[in-house]
Amino acid sequence: MMAATLAQKIIARAAGRQSVRPGEVVTARVDLAMIHDSGGPRRVEPILKEFGVGLFDASRVVLISDHFVPGDTDEGARILELTRQWAKERGVAFHDGEGICHVVLPERGHLRPGMFVVGGDSHSPTGGAFGCYMFGIGATEMAGVLATGEIWLKVPGTILIEWRNRLGPGVTAKDIMLALCGRLGMDGGRYQAVEYAGEAIEALSMQERMTLSNMAAELGAQAGLIAPDETTAAFLRAAGGEPGDWRHLFTDPGAELLERHVFDAAALEPQVAAPHSPANAAPVGESAGTPVDVAYIGACTGAKYVDLKGAAEILRGRRLARGVELLVAPASRRDQQRAAEDGIMKVFEDAGARILANACGICAGYGADRLGEDVACISSTARNFRGRMGAASSKVWLGSPLTVAASAVAGHIADPRGFLRETAR
Amino acid sequence: MSGRVFLFGDDIDTDQLAPGRYMKGGLEELARHCLEGVRPDFAAAVRPGDIVVAGRNFGMGSSREQAAEALKHLGVAGVVARSFAGIFYRNAVNLGLPVLVAPDLSGVADGDVAALDLEAGALRLARGGRAVPLEPLPDNLRRMLADGGLVPHLKKRFAAERSNGRPS
Repeated sequence: MMAATLAQKIIARAAGRQSVRPGEVVTARVDLAMIHDSGGPRRVEPILKEFGVGLFDASRVVLISDHFVPGDTDEGARILELTRQWAKERGVAFHDGEGICHVVLPERGHLRPGMFVVGGDSHSPTGGAFGCYMFGIGATEMAGVLATGEIWLKVPGTILIEWRNRLGPGVTAKDIMLALCGRLGMDGGRYQAVEYAGEAIEALSMQERMTLSNMAAELGAQAGLIAPDETTAAFLRAAGGEPGDWRHLFTDPGAELLERHVFDAAALEPQVAAPHSPANAAPVGESAGTPVDVAYIGACTGAKYVDLKGAAEILRGRRLARGVELLVAPASRRDQQRAAEDGIMKVFEDAGARILANACGICAGYGADRLGEDVACISSTARNFRGRMGAASSKVWLGSPLTVAASAVAGHIADPRGFLRETAR
Repeated sequence: MSGRVFLFGDDIDTDQLAPGRYMKGGLEELARHCLEGVRPDFAAAVRPGDIVVAGRNFGMGSSREQAAEALKHLGVAGVVARSFAGIFYRNAVNLGLPVLVAPDLSGVADGDVAALDLEAGALRLARGGRAVPLEPLPDNLRRMLADGGLVPHLKKRFAAERSNGRPS
């Protein structure tokens, strides 16, 4: 057998082939299709009706409501009702108001290493953290998948991104991704497969690895893979899933790579991306002191349990700066429950934060808390495009949950490491 | 059919093409705000047959296919760019909106009158009779575009399967 990348191994299996070569167009069978309330039933059902066919396999479809939750407008409530009705009629697994799809999917044991998965959302590469080849598609293409169980793809080359050594205190997976957006640019991934490796990656928890795979989207990659290991298997067992046979799922030594980049994790500083692109990332020192009105800890990228825990370490025993509003939208109900049990939610409340629904919320431009005119915001989310989170005149800086928490306390963009040192004293 | 060129820069994102804050409204409303952040008069000025020409990574960001749908709704004949974001590219083909990669766009100006020649793989400029070469499309995508997008393409397939007596 030829040496193959992790991406090639998964795609070859899904395409029913011994091996596949980068650049060739193949048709693959999908093991799972994930859809949400925005791009899901309301958009795919009319097309399925037009086709006159049913789902290829209802047991391989997972529906998660997260965009229009909590349904606080007439239109949002109507879409949620249609979503619930469809789940019943079509008999698919449905997680309603339980959190953001990319976090809920693995949390509820739906993913298994080696799976070939499509999701109706651009942050679908998140599943790559579990050694799945998972990527995002639009609603029309999803309707095609739901009808046929198949999708075409051009076999990607692999861009291997290696992080040697360990991250320092106060530096997170989010900082890795912002640094990569700055270094490689938002098209650096070339719609190929990115694979993260190295000591720093192996040392990360599953939820931190999810942040890496999630933001493969911001690199413009199709997928963001991490080879499964014991950390992966333990997470999936705890989620009630079965990791299955994962030990062959890695990039063979000698497999042909498209690019290889090596970075030193120990030298990485917390990063902040200035408006209006994640590619405007630089060490936090360059934007430190910029006043902020709103600090947002939310989204699949930045409000998982691990993100909440990191932010709480900064906030414990501290209060928000005068005039700053801290909004916290935990990424899933289960993560919020766990954070409540560990006293983390209490830290947010004591600091003066306002807690929002377990949903995409203002990261996707939804809800009453959208940023107003000229608001300056530091956010733990993935994208700071002009107008995405509210008014076109609002400005968003991106940082890790720790940097967002530190900035909320300081009243301006601040390096979280200073706060960790104070806590330690 | 020829139209006018609307020229844009690099990294035009899906929040510019289909702003999230108008997503709850219908396509009509969304299309009215298409690209207004970078060119406020675009939706009002663009006419059927006009061509969007842009730099690198056109359509980056979200998977919302309304980004491609809005352009189609406004009658845009196709998008020519130095490169496309992957999901936008797939969505556009699925919706039957031609998307073509042109490695070299030097000399193409805003307001140029031009026509897309998919057969020959060229953007033909009226000015000076110049042809800008476009990268050829893979066969499967050419067939899908010729059918008018993924939905008509699959309908044809399901109809063929039914007439062959195979279960669909």
